[in-house]
Amino acid sequence: MKRGIYSKPVLFAVVAAVVILIGTIVVVFIPMLTPQMHVKLENLKPYTALQLAGRDVYMSEGCHYCHTQTVRPLKAEVMRYGEFSKAGEFAYDHPFLWGTKRTGPDLARIGGKYPDAWHYAHLENSRNFFPDSNMPSYAWLKNNRLNPAQIERSMRALGFPYTAEEIAALDGKTQMDALVAYLQVIGTAVTARAIAPKIDVAPEDKNPFAGDPKFIAKGKTLYDVHCLMCHGVDGKGVAGLAPSVADNIWLDKEGDVTDGVIYIITANGTTAGMEIAGRTAKGGMPPFGAAMSRQEIWALVTYMRSLQK
Amino acid sequence: MNDYQYDNQTVKLFIFSSIVWGVIGILAGVWVSIQMWNPAFQIPPYFTFGRLRVVHTNILAFGLVLGTLMGMFYYIVMRLCKIPLIFPKLARLTLYLFNIGIFLGLVTLLSGKTQALEYAEFEWPIDIAVVILWVIFATVIFGTIIKRKEQQMYISLWFMIATIIVIAVIYVVNNLSIPVGLLKSYHLFAGLNSANVQWWYGHNAVGAELTMAVLALFYYFLPKSTGLPIYSHRLSIVAFWSLVFAYMWTGAHHLIYSPIPDWIQTTAIAFTLFLIAPSWGSVVNGYYTISSDWSKMRTNYLTKFFLLAIVFYGLQTLQGPIQGLRTVNQLIKYTDWVPGHVHMGVMGWDALVLVAAIYYVIPKLYRTEIYSIKIANTHFWLVVIGQLIFSITMWVAGIQQGVMWQATSPDGSLMYTFSESVSASIPFWKMRTLGGIIFTVGMLFFIYNIYMTVRKAKKPATVSLEIQEVKA
Repeated sequence: MKRGIYSKPVLFAVVAAVVILIGTIVVVFIPMLTPQMHVKLENLKPYTALQLAGRDVYMSEGCHYCHTQTVRPLKAEVMRYGEFSKAGEFAYDHPFLWGTKRTGPDLARIGGKYPDAWHYAHLENSRNFFPDSNMPSYAWLKNNRLNPAQIERSMRALGFPYTAEEIAALDGKTQMDALVAYLQVIGTAVTARAIAPKIDVAPEDKNPFAGDPKFIAKGKTLYDVHCLMCHGVDGKGVAGLAPSVADNIWLDKEGDVTDGVIYIITANGTTAGMEIAGRTAKGGMPPFGAAMSRQEIWALVTYMRSLQK
Repeated sequence: MNDYQYDNQTVKLFIFSSIVWGVIGILAGVWVSIQMWNPAFQIPPYFTFGRLRVVHTNILAFGLVLGTLMGMFYYIVMRLCKIPLIFPKLARLTLYLFNIGIFLGLVTLLSGKTQALEYAEFEWPIDIAVVILWVIFATVIFGTIIKRKEQQMYISLWFMIATIIVIAVIYVVNNLSIPVGLLKSYHLFAGLNSANVQWWYGHNAVGAELTMAVLALFYYFLPKSTGLPIYSHRLSIVAFWSLVFAYMWTGAHHLIYSPIPDWIQTTAIAFTLFLIAPSWGSVVNGYYTISSDWSKMRTNYLTKFFLLAIVFYGLQTLQGPIQGLRTVNQLIKYTDWVPGHVHMGVMGWDALVLVAAIYYVIPKLYRTEIYSIKIANTHFWLVVIGQLIFSITMWVAGIQQGVMWQATSPDGSLMYTFSESVSASIPFWKMRTLGGIIFTVGMLFFIYNIYMTVRKAKKPATVSLEIQEVKA
């Protein structure tokens, strides 16, 4: 037999093919037929035309070579990025874009984390936010118009629902617009539940740590992680992106607000049209209630107050 | 003269065109390594990191390595079967198809036309061309093996047959896609299946092309160039079958801690650990072959290429399974450790075997001696030093990133922001570029040596060569 197979090439090739296919069938083909490989979260929706166009840009520019889209179920990872990735989040992903390398941070929970304006500014020059960032500038995406006909073909091929108005609205939009729309939807099937508004503080509630230097220091650390990117160094604000938190203009209206109100804005973000302390929010700021504990948000408020002196 | 009118011209042209692609791929590699620490080094949109990285991996994996392998398969199969290729015209056709395919691949990847699957980035029309190329290639190789004059098939032929089958299966399945335009398509599989199929492909593309096929060359050229017989035939039988069996189970070790079902991950990890055995079967076989006569290290300049190649292969196939352990994986995954691992394999094992094979084959085909052993030795030390600088700096950088990402302060909060881990990596990325440049210089020495060998040979032997070419 031994001599036989090594002098019979056809038999050898058949045996080799069978040996190769055993593992393939068990770990690749059979799972395809099982429901555990086809789960879908309730909140998960197919991509809109603009989001899909953005996903195409993400693929063609190779964003997935530097950014992963899977949060592993490890403590530090969940603290850094948010909920770990679920099997049911990816049912509409042709192909998956989990990536293999984090030259930049994971993006599985990027959707809704920053306002659109932040993404535009960051894609144009990430070094304005992170001095040592090695991400290329993608300002040129603003010059590339989308091709609505091509996107419609894609939507149809993938079986995603769309309307004629939706396709027509793509006209004049740029690759940058599409990319930002895609970034804002990543991971939202999970975070939609996780970041439900949590108003556990009333406007008249007192800050338990007001003026405490220990909490000012703690608040500064938190500010530098969560807020600095939009509100700038020492809360001075960034033109075109986010207002100062060191002055006494809140939600575009002069006059101070209570610590409780600052707490509520920090925890819940500023959904457009939201009424608070007699002011109307214009939207843009994402909620931080899920990212920080109650104590941490109060520490942050304490720090912001210390800036106003 | 015992010349079977071998089709040497096709072999030569495959080697030369692969070298050209190799230069492009290596320079793209140096370029992206600079972009890692100096983001100003981009020419958007064509030469941004996201596009150039793909050019680097694909042009080297397919242009340099696959091209060299195809040429070498033709070379080996004729000699092990003791007949010329049965379809020399088809073999020549594969040369043209190969070069057209790689050229179109290069242009489309620079234009951002990609399937966004690692090592399967070529869009669907190029995939179809690759499948046609592979069918023709398989026809020539299998046809020649079937018509052979030598009864027993030598080990190298087993590995060649396995390589052709594995690549055929994985390439077709993973490239199944929904085309929506001439250069745009979407993976047929979605989400979890997309990931599972892709990494089954990705891992076995490496397994077939960079392991099995290169072992075919190793088992042929090591005894040929040193004159030493392979240490154990029985060991190579065991190693071969267990390798081709176990490889196919291990793709999901690229997806540890991902949302893929746990049993697929754990199965992959188990087979990954098992793979140490067949891998080290070849390591033992190669090492003991050379150790049967250490004087060859002194008398034959190619021996050290094979020795260090098999040592790096042994380290690679030990490091790989260790990375598959969940405790290790959670630290090094997504960090620069992984490119360090990959580059030990490709620069330390694959590149050394391929250049040694070319050093052996080119003087044979031109009936001459290598132009300069001294240059070959310089080349050797430069690529080994370059590779070590590359791998070691990336391992250190990778561990540093992994630790910084996980470090927590006494109060339980994260100690470092992500950008702090980027800042801390920059010195290592610079050192990696230095390693890459040293490696590149080494390869330029190699190319110069091959060029001068061919030039030196062409002068006196023109007449006989032309006759040989006409006959072929």
